[in-house]
Amino acid sequence: MNLSIFDTVPDTELRVSSAGSAVSLRGVTKAFGAQTVLHGIDLDIPAGQFVAIVGRSGCGKSTLLRLLSGLDQPTGGTIEIDGRSSGWRDRTRLMFQEPRLLPWQRVAANVEVGLSHAPRGADRRRLALEAIGQVGLSGREQEWPAILSGGQKQRVALARALVSHPRILAFDEPLGALDALTRIEMQALIEQVWQDKGFTAIVVTHDVTEAVALADRILLLDAGRVAMDVAVDLPRPRRHGDPAAAAIEGRILDRLLGR
Amino acid sequence: MKRALPWIVPLTILLLWQAASQFGLLADQVMPPPTAVAAAFWRVSRSGELLHDIEVSTWRAFAGFAVGGGIGFVLGMLNGLSPVSEKLTDSTLQMVRNIPHLALIPLVILWFGIGEEAKLFLVALGVFFPIYVNTLHGVRSVDRQLLEMGRAYGMSERAIFWRVVFPGALPSIFVGLRYGLGIMWLTLIVAETISASSGIGFMAMNAREFMMVDVVVVSILIYAALGKLADSVARLLERTCLAWNPVYAEA
Ligand SMILES: Nc1ncnc2c1ncn2[C@@H]1O[C@H](COP(=O)(O)OP(=O)(O)O)[C@@H](O)[C@H]1O
Ligand SMILES: [Mg+2]
Repeated sequence: MNLSIFDTVPDTELRVSSAGSAVSLRGVTKAFGAQTVLHGIDLDIPAGQFVAIVGRSGCGKSTLLRLLSGLDQPTGGTIEIDGRSSGWRDRTRLMFQEPRLLPWQRVAANVEVGLSHAPRGADRRRLALEAIGQVGLSGREQEWPAILSGGQKQRVALARALVSHPRILAFDEPLGALDALTRIEMQALIEQVWQDKGFTAIVVTHDVTEAVALADRILLLDAGRVAMDVAVDLPRPRRHGDPAAAAIEGRILDRLLGR
Repeated sequence: MKRALPWIVPLTILLLWQAASQFGLLADQVMPPPTAVAAAFWRVSRSGELLHDIEVSTWRAFAGFAVGGGIGFVLGMLNGLSPVSEKLTDSTLQMVRNIPHLALIPLVILWFGIGEEAKLFLVALGVFFPIYVNTLHGVRSVDRQLLEMGRAYGMSERAIFWRVVFPGALPSIFVGLRYGLGIMWLTLIVAETISASSGIGFMAMNAREFMMVDVVVVSILIYAALGKLADSVARLLERTCLAWNPVYAEA
């Protein structure tokens, strides 16, 4: 585990560049049988960037994330992470829309699932407890998932994703099932851990407001192509109802709704 | 008061039964009074006969259960995990399932005589199907999303089996286990009643020859107690193993 390196580096800038991975897609296509879902995507994401992907349902967002997290292979084209075209699967983690916790394992053991590739030992538990602390669930380590609220379950899932210190964290509509207030809390938490850890964040969301609130850059996917690539150059922390944010949101919504 | 409530009806029945015998409404050859049954129980326990018969029957039951349940579990897992294995064996097994295993008794006696093998075979066969069917169903109903999560998080195939598939199938396996236990006692009762030279069923049939109705009633009650005991142990095991599930969590 190379986490000690990150913990002892004081300079935020340096931490960002050392903890995140650069992603590069060249002509990536994905087809299921005769149906082509992604049509030759070219994309460069610098290390540590926060990217949001929006788009209509069925436009291939989840498919793209699955390729980026190594769960599926592209039909054509290449994906390079830090300049390597293979052997990068352990650097990425995918968080799903559902928490997908093992109901028969307590919170701590669920978080340890994130360390499956690492050797067993006391270290695992220590890292798990640390990650549980990061998502604000200290003291709940020995609970069964069943008694946690939806937001708390998603926090455990976040801890599970964070515990291996991934260089890329991909989220597939992670907050879609949460109520409005819990959503805002979780957005703040995701932004905070991203700033702390400096991983590259790729968030699929159907909520354009959420995309503008969180991301450095928003990609609009349409019919398997990148139809819009918008930089969000707003200072953080961002406040709700900022007119500049509203303008960006308006542009994206116009395009989404075909106006 | 609340705790006494469920006992009122059985106790009343017991009292009425005793009274009916006492006043000659119920002939002893039909149904001896509770006191006579209790005395018979005391008699056969003191002679050591009862303990020996319980031992023999319990051994038969659990040996048959271990064989049939073990094979059912392994095949259920195998067919749940491997489509090839399932295609190869499942439809055959489902066809064999339609034959009531007790219908095989004459055949089994022809094959094994009235020895231990006959009873073991019948119990194993009876227990096999509920365990097989429920294990298979349990593996099939394991949450796909959890399997995908396991793969995405780099779990090995072994870890996926022991941490996702097996625990996910366990609630269904327990259903099969408890159902199998019921079939186990039922099969044993029939098999022992038809042919045996020891065991509780033999004790009952032997007592019948000598018109000792009280001992017959004792054997029936022993069967009931053993069945209840096995089910209680299974329930306890279920509650412990499935404590994560709010349905089983102790209030
Ligand atoms: N495993 C699969 N097999 C066949 N078709 C799939 C598969 N996964 C996704 N698709 C298809 O690909 C398209 C894009 O799906 P998806 O990436 O899930 O969309 P989004 O996440 O943007 O809503 C859909 O038409 C869907 O039916
Ligand atoms: Mg999707």
